[in-house]
Amino acid sequence: MTATTAASAAYIVAGLLFVLSLAALSRHESARSGIVYGITGMAIALAATVGLAARSVEASAIALILVAMAVGAVIGLWRARRVEMTGMPELIALLHSFVGLAAVLVGWNGYLSVEARSGSQTEVPANLLGIHSAEVAIGVFVGAVTLTGSIVAFLKLSARIKSNPLMLPGRNWLNLGALAAFVVLTGTFVASPSLGELTAVTVLALALGWHLVASIGGGDMPVVVSMLNSYSGWAAAASGFLLDNNLLILTGALVGSSGAYLSYIMCKAMNRSFLSVIAGGFGNEGATVAAGAQGEHTEITADDAADLLRDAKSVIITPGYGMAVAHAQGPVADLTRKLTEAGVEVRFGIHPVAGRLPGHMNVLLAEAKVPYDIVLEMDEINDDFPDTSVVLVIGANDTVNPAALEDPGSPIAGMPVLAVWEAEQVIVFKRSMNTGYAGVQNPLFFRENTRMLFGDARERVEDILKAL
Amino acid sequence: MLIGVPREARPGETRVAATPVTVRQLIGLGYDVLVQSGAGSASSFPDEAFAQAGARVGTAAEAWSADVVLHVSKPTPGEVAQLRDGALLISSLTPALDPELVDTLAARPITALAMDAVPRISRAQSLDVLSSMANIAGYRAVVEAAHAFGRFFTGQVTAAGKVPPAKVLVVGAGVAGLAAIGAASSLGAIVRATDVRPEVAEQVRSLGGEYVAVRAAETQVSSDGYAREMSDDYNLRAAELYAEQARDVDIVITTALIPGRSAPRLITEEMVASMRPGSVIVDMAAAQGGNVAGSVPDEKVTTPHGVTIIGYTDLPGRLPAQASQLFATNLVNLVKLLTPGKDGQIVLDLDDVVQRSMTVVRDGETLWPPPPVQVSATPAAAQASPPPAPAREKPPASPARTFAVVGIGAVLLFLVTAFSPDQLIENFTVFALAIVVGFYVIGHVHHALHTPLMSVTNAISGIIVVGALLQLGHTSTLVGVLAFVAVLVASINVFGGFAVTRRMLGMFTTTRPTRTPS
Repeated sequence: MTATTAASAAYIVAGLLFVLSLAALSRHESARSGIVYGITGMAIALAATVGLAARSVEASAIALILVAMAVGAVIGLWRARRVEMTGMPELIALLHSFVGLAAVLVGWNGYLSVEARSGSQTEVPANLLGIHSAEVAIGVFVGAVTLTGSIVAFLKLSARIKSNPLMLPGRNWLNLGALAAFVVLTGTFVASPSLGELTAVTVLALALGWHLVASIGGGDMPVVVSMLNSYSGWAAAASGFLLDNNLLILTGALVGSSGAYLSYIMCKAMNRSFLSVIAGGFGNEGATVAAGAQGEHTEITADDAADLLRDAKSVIITPGYGMAVAHAQGPVADLTRKLTEAGVEVRFGIHPVAGRLPGHMNVLLAEAKVPYDIVLEMDEINDDFPDTSVVLVIGANDTVNPAALEDPGSPIAGMPVLAVWEAEQVIVFKRSMNTGYAGVQNPLFFRENTRMLFGDARERVEDILKAL
Repeated sequence: MLIGVPREARPGETRVAATPVTVRQLIGLGYDVLVQSGAGSASSFPDEAFAQAGARVGTAAEAWSADVVLHVSKPTPGEVAQLRDGALLISSLTPALDPELVDTLAARPITALAMDAVPRISRAQSLDVLSSMANIAGYRAVVEAAHAFGRFFTGQVTAAGKVPPAKVLVVGAGVAGLAAIGAASSLGAIVRATDVRPEVAEQVRSLGGEYVAVRAAETQVSSDGYAREMSDDYNLRAAELYAEQARDVDIVITTALIPGRSAPRLITEEMVASMRPGSVIVDMAAAQGGNVAGSVPDEKVTTPHGVTIIGYTDLPGRLPAQASQLFATNLVNLVKLLTPGKDGQIVLDLDDVVQRSMTVVRDGETLWPPPPVQVSATPAAAQASPPPAPAREKPPASPARTFAVVGIGAVLLFLVTAFSPDQLIENFTVFALAIVVGFYVIGHVHHALHTPLMSVTNAISGIIVVGALLQLGHTSTLVGVLAFVAVLVASINVFGGFAVTRRMLGMFTTTRPTRTPS
């Protein structure tokens, strides 16, 4: 056993532990052991790598490694401790950008340590130099797209920039053109590697990543986040090819394909093709439709809503992003407990794309200590609405829009939605009569059995609690 | 088209298939309605009321020879013979129990829909006469029990002394059972209920009853909304429970029915004998053989030691006006479904599961029994079968196309790999296999765990730190600095990702720790 074979063996073990970790995460019972597997795998991989590096470099470099990792660990742990559950999508988007940045840096380093020194380098044999260059270009490209894409997603999710889709003329041609330009640049870079071309690839990819996500509306953010998750995996895999490191390839491909599959699940939940989400621009066609489809809505007070709930036999709560924005999950959980104690059956119906990242609502409700077995997904609960006395729609809009089923001309036509309007009474918590993220007017608000409860969701739920 | 409503000829049948209210609704759907004279007299709907609602009042022959005949109870062969060719008969037919009637109907060029064969799906609830009649029967069973019981149902403290509340045991919490629970508890009794399906416990409690579980490992999750027969072990433990309850309660109401079979015998003679004198048992399954030893269909018997056993089989008919109104409304809802154009023309759509399930005979052709309808996808059922693959919902691509795509992919992969240097081949192998593994591993993730999953994969993709580490020892300062930054940001990812996932998973709690989310 040499140090190299020991490291390879450690990498295989680490790779398998990562697979186990993802597999364990598929069920609540085993989810916690999944983390243990993941952490163990990561520790083994890091120890093996540091051990491997220690043979060839001086002590000062090792010290640098430890300093860098310690600083990173402190920042990471501090952010993880401090983040609020409602801010989870932003944090995850930001973390993706770090992977993208690291991939870009690794790619540049690959260039600087091999191609830039042309004759004097000894790391890569001459016959493999072309492949190495291609790997550098691809790695930098994927990393840079991930980097700016994630930053834009982070800015949109944290409302630092407007989440409306950016509509440049011919945006699909821009994307395709950027891809074509990348292929050409890679070709010339492989033929004659130069700093200018690598810079061009980097800038091009940064611009593409920015434009790609900027042109996707806020309503599609769950897909974007899981898509970026996938990209960050591909970026790691590309770095693995570059460094001839199987652990990076394995892990990157694992994360990449799982992220892609998750995006596919999300897309299916919205009845949209993956391409149409990527092509972007969704969410502003409805702005013109909105003006036409108006009607009379009926308001209700918190006291009356409390009366309705008190007399109800069963209640279904369908939360959306608005609940996260208003931080209403705590009061909602209190309401759930109170009603359950009073003998009312309370359940939650979660649309697969509610919120701004997959499973967002489940995390928020879990934080507020709502038992997960009363939190059901759309398919589990959709048939129960006709037997339900009251539905509380808290900050959800597009996911409860009957137009998706009834109006073939609607931009969200065909998207599976929670059929809340089949219940006896629907109470919609909403700030105003503005449209949702998709920019589509919601005929639900004008239904006879719908009552609107305007104002901040958290305050209104607390009002109801008081009235109860 | 003309709808005929004949007078029910079956002895003791008090209901009628239309009321003045539903006559108006039928006319609104574009039909003419003819009601046989005296059809509603037993349920307090006089001929004049029908006439006022717009119906013609006629003879039995006229009513039976209409285009559409609405009827409550099973028709006799003589009545079937009176139907005209091409007529549509809508009635209770009990096709599963009465094959002779099905043959009689099929011998005529007519169409017959069975109101008692509505599938138990949400959409069809408005047509389900079994539910609406069971509801009435459950209520009436309590009223009959109260009538025969020599005491209050509610407990009171009066100047003349303390009155304990009556204790009622309801066996079987279906529609009838739930109606009985509601009626008995609103009279003030202490109500207990048992059922083979544990999921009804909530429904029992919602009506003010207390759910008493049979202490057996075996439970039942029904896929068609009805109960099934249970194993011997379960029955043994259930019998212990009934025996124990029988000694304690004043009233027992049994509603246990299994479709298409004789009723299970639940209460034995010993249990009846163990009850206090004056106690009352209502056997709502008396017509199907009875749940209670000693019950006689359509009769009230008293055992030698003073326990009254009521075996009435016409409980809904004992509230004739109410039963007629609900039955007739079910019929109107069916006619609505059959009249998509609201133009008085019947259109039978056999592609609709509801209509298909009810159709016993069409134009002389026997269509009974219908294909089974799955009405409730319960969690347990889902657990038994693996979750469907995501691609299954799409129409499967033609094999030729699939093979072509796979073939082209394989050839491309072959070419790329064959012309690659050795080192790259090894990398490709790992890459391709890892993609497949990732895809399958993620396929079974519970929807609620998507966010933790993403943050873990995010942490794991921080593995890129390994790449940066390998570059850190490089001689060039620039490379070293870049690698240092890369290690730093990737470490944020690794540590932050794992920490935040731990935090998230720590929050997931359950009320029932043993339950497996599916």
